[in-house]
Amino acid sequence: MIKIENLHASIDGKEILKGLNLEVKPGEVHAIMGPNGAGKSTLASVLAGREEFEVTQGSVDFDGKDLLEMDTEIRAREGLFLAFQYPVEIPGVSNINFLRTAMNEIREHKGLEQISAKDFMAMVREKSKLVELDAKLASRAVNEGFSGGEKKRNEIFQMAMLEPKLAILDETDSGLDIDALRIVANGVNTLKTKDNATIVITHYQRLLDYIVPDFVHVLYNGKIVKTGPKELALELEEKGYDWIKQELGENA
Amino acid sequence: MNAMTESAVKRFTESIETGFEKGIMDEASRQNAISKLAELEFPTTRVEAWKYTRVAKISKKDFSIQQLSINDTLPFKVNSLESHVIVFVNGFYQKELSSFSAEDGIVISPLSQTEEIKPNSVETTTDEVFSTLNTAYATDGIAVKIAAGKTLSKPLEVINIQTGESVISNTRNVIIAEGSSSAHIILGYYSKDAHQCFSNVISEITVGANAQLTIDKIQYENNENYTVASEQVKQDKDSTFSINTITLDGELVRNNLNIEVLGHNCETNLNGAYLTKGKQHIDNHTVVDHQVAHCESNELYKGVMDDDSTAVFNGKVFVRKDAQKINAFQSNGNVLLSGNATVNSKPELEIYADDVKCSHGSTTGQLDEEAVFYLRARGLSDKNARKLLVSAFIGDVLDKICTDEVRAHVDKMLLDRFGWEF
Repeated sequence: MIKIENLHASIDGKEILKGLNLEVKPGEVHAIMGPNGAGKSTLASVLAGREEFEVTQGSVDFDGKDLLEMDTEIRAREGLFLAFQYPVEIPGVSNINFLRTAMNEIREHKGLEQISAKDFMAMVREKSKLVELDAKLASRAVNEGFSGGEKKRNEIFQMAMLEPKLAILDETDSGLDIDALRIVANGVNTLKTKDNATIVITHYQRLLDYIVPDFVHVLYNGKIVKTGPKELALELEEKGYDWIKQELGENA
Repeated sequence: MNAMTESAVKRFTESIETGFEKGIMDEASRQNAISKLAELEFPTTRVEAWKYTRVAKISKKDFSIQQLSINDTLPFKVNSLESHVIVFVNGFYQKELSSFSAEDGIVISPLSQTEEIKPNSVETTTDEVFSTLNTAYATDGIAVKIAAGKTLSKPLEVINIQTGESVISNTRNVIIAEGSSSAHIILGYYSKDAHQCFSNVISEITVGANAQLTIDKIQYENNENYTVASEQVKQDKDSTFSINTITLDGELVRNNLNIEVLGHNCETNLNGAYLTKGKQHIDNHTVVDHQVAHCESNELYKGVMDDDSTAVFNGKVFVRKDAQKINAFQSNGNVLLSGNATVNSKPELEIYADDVKCSHGSTTGQLDEEAVFYLRARGLSDKNARKLLVSAFIGDVLDKICTDEVRAHVDKMLLDRFGWEF
């Protein structure tokens, strides 16, 4: 589904990603963990197409197409979804109106007809239930006055509505209480199929009690330095990131 | 002034004098205005009230009064709105296009055809060269009187159309809502095959005790035309006056909205939306003068400027010495879509009473790029993302237009001119 090879990216001349490799196949869930400043959010930003990051080397193949050649909105229409670490408040723009516009632009891109108002509203009801998002919140201005947990649930609600091929959850769990975490994880698990895939970027092992990954990667200093099964997350939790640093030091 | 150089005002008036036959002002007021013009000059940017607006585009041209006619009011008539319609072309009443019916206790007429309603002399208006010009050369305008206790059964649309080459129209409107009456009036300003024309408009508006008057002022003359439009409003006790000023086009537009709140317990609502592109220059000057206690005014003006365009907002609220318990709110917000667009915003409060609640604020910025990115990351094109954010920004002003048909009329013009859907 996505194949990242030797990805180098920098911001303001400072290199953050230094040769990152990652391959995700349909039906898989990958967790990317790592200490602060390792480049986790940079990876999410580069994949989503934030223009302030400059890709200096490497390639990203997304379902046979060159992802790095695409504008942000084309990536979204091709089926890439980023759940924001800090969802933006947009006063005056109704959540469902904008989602309907987004959905129709995605459908147009795929050569599909526009969704009818009736079908759309039925979908809003079904999907908002999935993340236990009050239908009233769904129709309010985007994230305006939402609590932290509501914002994150709104991200998963949007993901449920747009049905992406590849979802990247950027620290979706940080700051969530256990109920909100459970709801968010349940949403992600319910939406999982054999044809889509998820990359979960997180700082905490806790999320992985709820979303079970097929692979855990450790991102450190701009590279994936260790990959393992889900047990790796537990090991990280127990030993901390210093363990990785030491291990790398020994290898160096 | 150097005696050797001919006054710009003199040259200007000589040019328009040639086409002038008969005005609507009484002869004494007219002669008074003409002699006054000999002493007046066009304002320069050294004058505080014109600091950001140069009038050279107007003052250097030779305009003439031209009575021309056009064939239809499409697309200026508000679609599917049942209304009285009165049409003026270049400041002259055009009977064939007008259709209004008699209502008990209500006068709707061109000023030129009624003895009952007379415009005031220039002394009551501000001492500007444009209002004096209007008094000297006004050709016609709307006369409306809603008798005490009467309600205008359907809105009145006053459609003003400019057409031709270098035409000046001096239009004078008189609107009187007597005690406990109510009316909704739409003042529309449009152009058709008009090049470098100038609309110089004065509206005298009286809102009687306990009356309710709503005016939608829609300005959509094309971007080669100039406008100076002033409203002089007097509000008596317990009345509600609302005016929505929507400026969508015009090369140079200056609005002077002056509201004197003379009675207790009044509500005053001033809303404005201005959207500009190209080299447009739109200037809104407003004054709300709270002279007595226990009144409320709400002012919300918002603008979106693109390309090399400029907007000016100067909103002044006076609260006089004995005008206690006043709630006065004023807000001006601007979004610049281009690095070359400019806005000069000056909200002013002058408060001489001590028990009042007043606030004012002004914001100017660009669209939130983080919001644009967020919307694009959901699949919206850059253009649609910006469109959505612009409409969200200006939408709360447009929402003040309380008639669905008028709102649809404005939305249609926004789509035609800016490609924006609201």
